[in-house]
Amino acid sequence: MSKKRPLSFYLLAAFFGLFVLFLYGPFSAIFLLSLQGSEGQLTFPMRGFSFYWLGEVFQQQRVGDFVSAFQRSFLLGLLVMAITVALSVLAGMAFRSKFWGSNLIFYLTISSLIVPSILVSLGIGIVFSLLGIENQWYSSALAGHLTWTLPFAFLIMVGVFNRFNPSYEEASRDLGANDAQTFWQILLPLIAPSLIGVGLFGFTLSYDEFTRTSLISGENNTLPLEIFGMTTNVTTPALYALGTLTTAFSFLLIGVAIAAFQLLSRRQEG
Amino acid sequence: MKKWKNIQPYLLVAPQTLVFLLFLVIPIAAILMVSFWEFTGYSMTPAFTWDNYAAIFSSPVYLATYINTFKFVAIVWLITLAIAYPIAYFLAFHVTSLRWQIVLFLICTIPFLTSNIIRMISWIPFLGREGVLNQTLMALGVTNQPIEMFLFSDFAVVLVMVHLYSLFMIAPIFNSMMRIDRALVAAAEDAGASGWQIQKEIILPLAAPGIAIGSIFIVTLVMGEFATVRLMSGGQSSSVGYLIRTQIGSLQYPMAAANAVILLLVTLLLVFGILRAVDIRKEL
Repeated sequence: MSKKRPLSFYLLAAFFGLFVLFLYGPFSAIFLLSLQGSEGQLTFPMRGFSFYWLGEVFQQQRVGDFVSAFQRSFLLGLLVMAITVALSVLAGMAFRSKFWGSNLIFYLTISSLIVPSILVSLGIGIVFSLLGIENQWYSSALAGHLTWTLPFAFLIMVGVFNRFNPSYEEASRDLGANDAQTFWQILLPLIAPSLIGVGLFGFTLSYDEFTRTSLISGENNTLPLEIFGMTTNVTTPALYALGTLTTAFSFLLIGVAIAAFQLLSRRQEG
Repeated sequence: MKKWKNIQPYLLVAPQTLVFLLFLVIPIAAILMVSFWEFTGYSMTPAFTWDNYAAIFSSPVYLATYINTFKFVAIVWLITLAIAYPIAYFLAFHVTSLRWQIVLFLICTIPFLTSNIIRMISWIPFLGREGVLNQTLMALGVTNQPIEMFLFSDFAVVLVMVHLYSLFMIAPIFNSMMRIDRALVAAAEDAGASGWQIQKEIILPLAAPGIAIGSIFIVTLVMGEFATVRLMSGGQSSSVGYLIRTQIGSLQYPMAAANAVILLLVTLLLVFGILRAVDIRKEL
């Protein structure tokens, strides 16, 4: 394309630039403000420079119980990730063949995205209380998270299997492999890069999920709930420091997942 | 062997379906049931009464809350669409290399993988009395005293919701624009169509399914919102989601459930309206 770029290109490029600024600007502000001196406030200008507030996050009593909330959210994210990957791969495989009721199941899965999150939280809360089961992050909150992560994972897996070439499996069967061998040795390695994407998606959606957890986390908060609680009673940059730390953690995970994805897809080409 | 092939898909899809039956279908049925129960001061008792619904429809406060919620939905929908369409168009049609398309799209996506709550908080230093926005306006001489209304106002609520949810509009529109056959655009150009005609006759109709999916996401997300409304309006504005949250806080489960049922019905009505207007099956 050696065509001269039209004016609209530059206008739209400028608009895109502004949008990126809009997306990342607020982040950079809390990042800067969390590096203030101990006299720091919630707004600019910055008062000094130090790592004081980052350290403050780990002082349990001052800003709430950040460390154990993080541990719960992390474990919950791993649980959600494992279940999401396993169930969506199975369901994706089922949808490679047309079966009676597949449409109904498809729409049931997608409808989970159309129900406002607060209703899922409320509904699960009501069911648990009617059954007399206590809400906990690893029971009711886990259930709420799965209704959010599974539809996305399922849609991704259906797309992955649509593009999957079945001749690899046929070749494997022709050579005498049974279903299980074909799955573990042929299919799974081939879809592994996509599974990383699904896993990361499941983990981050769960790790940051607020609304679907809000009524059903039980007595122990997950991290987003803990942070939301802090917004009303923490008026120091410790709040921003916490934001900076967990955002950095999310970005780190995304980076690791992209690296793993590239490593796995390169290995397949080689 | 033949039989095994027939039941195999059902076994494979069973675990996932069970999750949705147990944690989506049954809970919604439970909400519906409880919405007809009685609430007597401290606890709820099984009954079949329309009182909860009657209370909602006869209270000006509740009705105002519903109207406020619809207002947020409409405004956020309009703004996200106005942002998402040009952004998606730029990425799909002006960025010519696939690598750059992916990189730029990822740049837009990454903030959405982090916590909503933290992205909400990050607006505080911008919007507050001594925030960046006020400092800038005062330095420019636009105003000589800080404008109070930026933080803790409907303006802040809408701004933050746009920040939180615009990707849910961008991604589906970008996706459907990427599927548009470039030959169509080239043919229209050769036939002498103007830029506007190409937009109106080719790109907009073919991107419509993406716009519909994005709109469904925005409607659903903003409808049930309570965290943004609570935090960014400073408790001065309300929404149905926030109302439900408050009623749960005071253990009025039947009232909360009745509100939830109405919220769900309205949301489904809007979604079906969108589906009637635009056929999204091509995208699935």
